[in-house]
Amino acid sequence: MSASWLLGLGVTTLRLGVPYIMAALGGTVSERAGVINIALEGLLLLSALAAALGAPHGAAAAALAGLGAGLAAAAVFGLLTVLLRANQVVCGVAMFLLADGLSRFLLKVVYGSTSNSPRLGQLEGHWAPLFVTGALLAGLLLHGLLGATTFGLRLRAVGEHPAAARSLGVPVHRVRLLAVLLSGLLTSVGGIWLVFDQRQFVALMSGGRGFIALAAMIFGGWRPLGAVGAALLFALAEALAVRLQAQGLPLPNYAVQMLPCGLTLVALGLRGAMGTRGSRPPAALGQPLD
Amino acid sequence: MRTTLVLRALPPLWAALCALAAASALTLLHGESPRELYRLLWAGTWGSAYGIGQVLFKATPLLFCGLGVAMALRAGLFNIGAEGQITVGAFAAALSGAALPAATPAWLALPTVLLCAFGAGAALGAVAGLFRWLAGAHEVIVTMMLNFVVRAAMVGLGGHVFLRESVHTAPVVAGAELPRLSRYLPALHGSAANASLLLGLLVCAGCALLLSRTRAGFVLRTLGSNEEAARAAGVHVGRTWTWALALAGGVAGLGGTNFVLGYKHYYEDGFSGGVGYMGIAVAVLGHNRPLGVLLAALLFGTLSQGGLAVHALVPRELIDVLTAVVLLTLAASQPAVQRLLQAQPGARREKEQDEKDKEGP
Repeated sequence: MSASWLLGLGVTTLRLGVPYIMAALGGTVSERAGVINIALEGLLLLSALAAALGAPHGAAAAALAGLGAGLAAAAVFGLLTVLLRANQVVCGVAMFLLADGLSRFLLKVVYGSTSNSPRLGQLEGHWAPLFVTGALLAGLLLHGLLGATTFGLRLRAVGEHPAAARSLGVPVHRVRLLAVLLSGLLTSVGGIWLVFDQRQFVALMSGGRGFIALAAMIFGGWRPLGAVGAALLFALAEALAVRLQAQGLPLPNYAVQMLPCGLTLVALGLRGAMGTRGSRPPAALGQPLD
Repeated sequence: MRTTLVLRALPPLWAALCALAAASALTLLHGESPRELYRLLWAGTWGSAYGIGQVLFKATPLLFCGLGVAMALRAGLFNIGAEGQITVGAFAAALSGAALPAATPAWLALPTVLLCAFGAGAALGAVAGLFRWLAGAHEVIVTMMLNFVVRAAMVGLGGHVFLRESVHTAPVVAGAELPRLSRYLPALHGSAANASLLLGLLVCAGCALLLSRTRAGFVLRTLGSNEEAARAAGVHVGRTWTWALALAGGVAGLGGTNFVLGYKHYYEDGFSGGVGYMGIAVAVLGHNRPLGVLLAALLFGTLSQGGLAVHALVPRELIDVLTAVVLLTLAASQPAVQRLLQAQPGARREKEQDEKDKEGP
């Protein structure tokens, strides 16, 4: 196990970690404001789809389309859950189903395929450093935003005790909506990266990363830096499997695919066994305010 | 009372309207006529005996999965693992059915195979329950992870048990097959509707009885409506979560019989086509009540069969989009209706009574 092998493993971890990090951060910002965000998987998928559709017009158009889709989907989710006070879990799952159905529908309509888009040559280029730095930076920025700004304090307040926050003049709905929109923006970067990295769109290409990111968020104790750390841990496991497989270890594809999900279950189990020292969900998580 | 009924009927109507609008918009986007879409949809489903048979065939697994989601929701648990549960149920049914000696009589073969399907789904459901109980892990994440694990595991296991050059297992023995309904109703000739539907109706009735007439059902509903109250009343919450999810998983697992025992007689890769996820919409639309789930399953069965009927016009993936639209509109309209219901005269008295009930002796 040479130094270059370890370096390679580190690079792969960072590369695979981007969607986990961005979605886990998206989940963190939304849940700290009290909105359960099961929609992460759907947000990843929709922004990936939009990025692929925008790709023929260049990389910038692809990225913008992805961000726009993430923002639009988050706006719908926020409208339903915050303003209309719809059940957050039902809406989150529905957003995932919508994303999966819509992406398969558009795959057929636009590309005439049931499974994947053609290769998107317009996305050639070395994007990995940009996205990886961006993801790590986003973690730091969110840490600062939540911990050291007025908006961050308000955001946490509406997640802990919205009624008290309202009595102090905090516009609860507006703060929660902004948190959900920010969540959509962050998560969509992960979706865009999936397309930039693989240079095509594949049906259900998010592969459960949005749900795994939820586990990473929980594992990270609903804190941005914790979420980044946990997301990298999941990415490390995936990177290890991918690299060992590439080196000819008889590791079938399905085992590699199963690994992140299996690991998530183990992590959730471990967290339960260790107890939840110091980390607890926001007190008003999942509770809409009249 | 009458206004209450009207109010309760509003969300489904509203959902149907939104689904129609979405379907029309997507069809136009595809450059086809919505009018033609609806004509084909009707002709391919309730427009002929064959179509009706196919609707029933499509509705059967939705009934099982819808019940699986609904029973868990009545206990306050969100089981989005029906997709994985029906998959392992079907797999277990196919493997056990194929492993039996060829001459096994139906009275022995069928119960064995059904038990295997139920057991496999129940085991998967129980895992999620145990995670919730012992590790405090939210069942949505766990059941979803299990879906992905099952999907990957089936690819892996398939490599060992699928017949050479195919993506399906060996067929089950004759005794484990469920007859097609066309044997008794010749009009349904050619459609794949089979006795699994009757099993589904039995399970549906069983669920209704369990919920309304048994102690276990009462415990389950109590836990679902107020966890703290249930705990205070001495309900072992963790254990109830576990058996509720096991039951839900088992019911969803039985849904695998529709394809494996009633249609192809073997397990085939990708047989489910997302019925487990559609089951969520079925349960929500059906208000988590067995009869409601049955009606919702028929509706989504119609959509599902209709998707195939209109496939020449628009991709059938359209139906998956509509499922999500229905779910979103239902979820969005529920709180408003709740508020209106509570504003009804008489609702107040009911509510006070509810609160009195919760306080207990």
